[in-house]
Amino acid sequence: MPKLTLSVNGQPRTIDCANATLLVEALREHLGLTGTHVGCDSSQCGACTVHVDGRSVKSCTMLAVEAEGAAITTIEGLAKGNDLHPMQAAFKEHHGLQCGFCTPGMVMSACDLAARNPAPSEGEVRHWLEGNLCRCTGYHNIVKAVRAGAGDMNGGK
Amino acid sequence: MGNAQGIGAAVKRKEDRRFLVGRGQYTDDVTLPNQSFAVFVRSPYGHAKVNGVDAKAALAAPDVLAVLTGADVAADGLGGIPCGWLVKSKDGSNMVEPPHPALAQGKVRHVGDPVAMVIASTKAAAKAAAALVEVDYEPLPAAGLLANAIAPGAPQVWDEAPGNVCFDWHIGDPATTDAAFAKAAHVVELDLVNNRVAPNPMEPRAANGSFDGANDQYTLYTTSQNPHLTRLLLAAFTLKVPEHKLRVIAPDVGGGFGSKIFHYAEELLVLWASRRVGRPVKWTSDRMEAFLTDAHGRDHISNAKLALDADGKFLGLRVHTYAAMGAYLSTFAPAVPTYLYATLLSGPYDFPAIYAEVKAIFTNTVAVDAYRGAGRPEATYLLERLVEQAARQLGMDRVELRRKNLIRADQFPYQTQVALQYDIGDYQATLDLALAQGDYAGYPARAAASKANGKLRGFGMSTYIEACGIAPSALVGALGARAGLYEAANVRVHPTGSVTVFTGTHSHGQGHETTFAQLIADRLGVSTDQVEVVHGDTDRIPFGMGTYGSRSASVGGSAIVKALDKIVDKGKKIAAHLLEASVADVEFKDGQYRVVGTDRVKAFGEVAFAAYVPHNYPIETVEPGLEESAFYDPKNFTFPGGTHLVEVEIDPETGVVEVASVTIADDVGVIINPMIVDGQAHGGLAQGIGQALLEEAVYDAEGQLTNGTYMGYCMPRAADLPNFKVGNHVTACTHNPLGVKGVGEVGAIGVPPAVINAVLDALAPLGVTDISMPATPEKVWRAIQAARAGKGA
Repeated sequence: MPKLTLSVNGQPRTIDCANATLLVEALREHLGLTGTHVGCDSSQCGACTVHVDGRSVKSCTMLAVEAEGAAITTIEGLAKGNDLHPMQAAFKEHHGLQCGFCTPGMVMSACDLAARNPAPSEGEVRHWLEGNLCRCTGYHNIVKAVRAGAGDMNGGK
Repeated sequence: MGNAQGIGAAVKRKEDRRFLVGRGQYTDDVTLPNQSFAVFVRSPYGHAKVNGVDAKAALAAPDVLAVLTGADVAADGLGGIPCGWLVKSKDGSNMVEPPHPALAQGKVRHVGDPVAMVIASTKAAAKAAAALVEVDYEPLPAAGLLANAIAPGAPQVWDEAPGNVCFDWHIGDPATTDAAFAKAAHVVELDLVNNRVAPNPMEPRAANGSFDGANDQYTLYTTSQNPHLTRLLLAAFTLKVPEHKLRVIAPDVGGGFGSKIFHYAEELLVLWASRRVGRPVKWTSDRMEAFLTDAHGRDHISNAKLALDADGKFLGLRVHTYAAMGAYLSTFAPAVPTYLYATLLSGPYDFPAIYAEVKAIFTNTVAVDAYRGAGRPEATYLLERLVEQAARQLGMDRVELRRKNLIRADQFPYQTQVALQYDIGDYQATLDLALAQGDYAGYPARAAASKANGKLRGFGMSTYIEACGIAPSALVGALGARAGLYEAANVRVHPTGSVTVFTGTHSHGQGHETTFAQLIADRLGVSTDQVEVVHGDTDRIPFGMGTYGSRSASVGGSAIVKALDKIVDKGKKIAAHLLEASVADVEFKDGQYRVVGTDRVKAFGEVAFAAYVPHNYPIETVEPGLEESAFYDPKNFTFPGGTHLVEVEIDPETGVVEVASVTIADDVGVIINPMIVDGQAHGGLAQGIGQALLEEAVYDAEGQLTNGTYMGYCMPRAADLPNFKVGNHVTACTHNPLGVKGVGEVGAIGVPPAVINAVLDALAPLGVTDISMPATPEKVWRAIQAARAGKGA
């Protein structure tokens, strides 16, 4: 089994895993980081979205071995101690989550959008979230939360 | 303090933090010591004989612990999966209720029907070994589509159900309905299909069963909306072990929408398999498996006729519906197209006569059961398409035709012709509110602007009602329900005055941990931070029937309020003792017991402390401690209703329908948390718009599900939907202590016909007169082409 060395949420980690192991499986099953979810088997739902070297990636589309040497951030790595990340705080403030299952992927994806576009329009947010499915919220409050969170991340607060 | 977080306050959700930091605990997140994993071998055929299962190669594969089949299920005496509702046919005979073994015995009856269960030390090993199980299938003719299953000579799903009829049921009065049609000035008729949809909660189903032989104790983690119901069915029917040996935990659950109500075979099988292999057994559905095995929704074929007098007053309604059941009867399946559908056919209208016939039909597909709205969306779709058609046919204004026929506020309580008695409502008020908020008056200008841009704009509406707050036990018992539908609560006040609430309802997105904490804040004056709401664990919660049918606030919340009343009363006795006053002179208000008309008070926390440290205490008459339980059985259903308005803009060159605006005005009763209530409406709207424009689970005649992935099944995405304008007009429910009605399903019920009515309104100038759900770009484009070619639609 290959030994994989990478950084997860700022900490160096070593994982023994089979070649066929997906990044999401390595995170959930080898590292116990169950905040990253699996909602489909066709890379459509986005519940598994994490950051790989700062960019949002669906961790079900990537082999763990491809992440050798990479810096991974998962939903567990976003808050600073008790302080929610501005995007997490915006989701709470604007009721951008209900059952919570799609939420980690939504938040991770939204952070990447905010890094690229500090003030996305409603249409830009809706377009960006094309790869993240939510069945609970009708997206209405997610869109509000992402716009507010992007503003807060970029000095609006 | 307290009341700032009480009823009516938009308190931010207490549960959000754990979800936002990735610390939710869903069933698949639970991995037990010595965990093993199950993968199912499932039928690839819609209908086939199973002549044999050869598991030799699978058993020899690495890390495999067991391969179990229907023969093992039979040998161990596991019960079949039961149906929770008995419907009788017109002639008084019971519905046909075929067996539903947990693993197939002799035949498979839908794609996805489980044949064998492979258990291994790793998921990968179980998956690899499942591919080695050889099943000898002999394919049989299948009835994969409802339309085929009802045709003469159709393949038979069950030998004991000739014509594939499960039951042939009716409601209403045929004679008065005939008479109404005989004197009608106008009759409007429509043939309608209500498309089959897949619920698709984002969390796929999962189950993790463990058997502790040392204590003879079973524990099941499962994705359930009602863990006590699952335990009841496991105990009484399927696993057949008593409740005290069986703990069912539904931890965080990632959405349900009905599909996680039902007792599924996998829940039984992981517990049984754990006993067989001596290790915990976990199964997690993948998405394709979810499409094939989660109960679907809707799937009706109907004919509807509306009789009107010369002025447009409704005289009568006659409906005939075929409703697909799938191959096996799921937990609530027979109730959906009968008591949750046909009883709603009066809608918000004053109908003097209604007669409805419903034939439930077996098909070689996965079961059809309750999906958000459950029967009520089907009734609303039928009625509102019909009313719109009437307006068009009679040349009447669509708003005025509805207004003329809506039940007036002074007619409540209103007895319908189809069993239900509506307690209260104000349908004219929600209609007026929607029209104002949606700027109906400005519609012609918006239509003109669209036209100038080369687009076709359409306006559609629905006025609707639903029955929820499920359900009065005696009433549903008389209608064939095999369970009561009350709710239970336990309120435990701790010595320092904080509170734990144990509720039998289950939150899988609805925000009960916040909403129910607000009830405590409201009644006891404590902060919501001092309240913990516990749900989803049969060992911690006395009992409960779970969450569905928009019942949690009206039934579960009422149970909590009953328990709170007992707490307040007991506290009053303790306070009277502490204040050296008579109980009759003590009042409880804003978190304080006060001797009326004086400044002598005891804070609630002081009384709680005295209850647990009873040094100075009325010990002769009052027990120590401050904890109360209550069961609440509702007196009637609740009846939310309202008006939904939709405007669409269609590109005539591509057939793409853009939802330009959605404005709704609902009466969901007293609102506990407006933020959560609006969110519930939004989610329902998305599912309703999804059904109207995007979603359909498409089986072929052989029973193959042709689009069972997110590549084929069109889920609503962010860019498919607009922002929603949500308004509320409150009339308080008259028969529960909170005055609440329910909001979880309003969007999914009210909006589909408004969308389709808007599409037809946009296409009417081209001569298009009908379109079925989902109104996909292809369907719309074809309808436009056909109309332009002069062939009609």
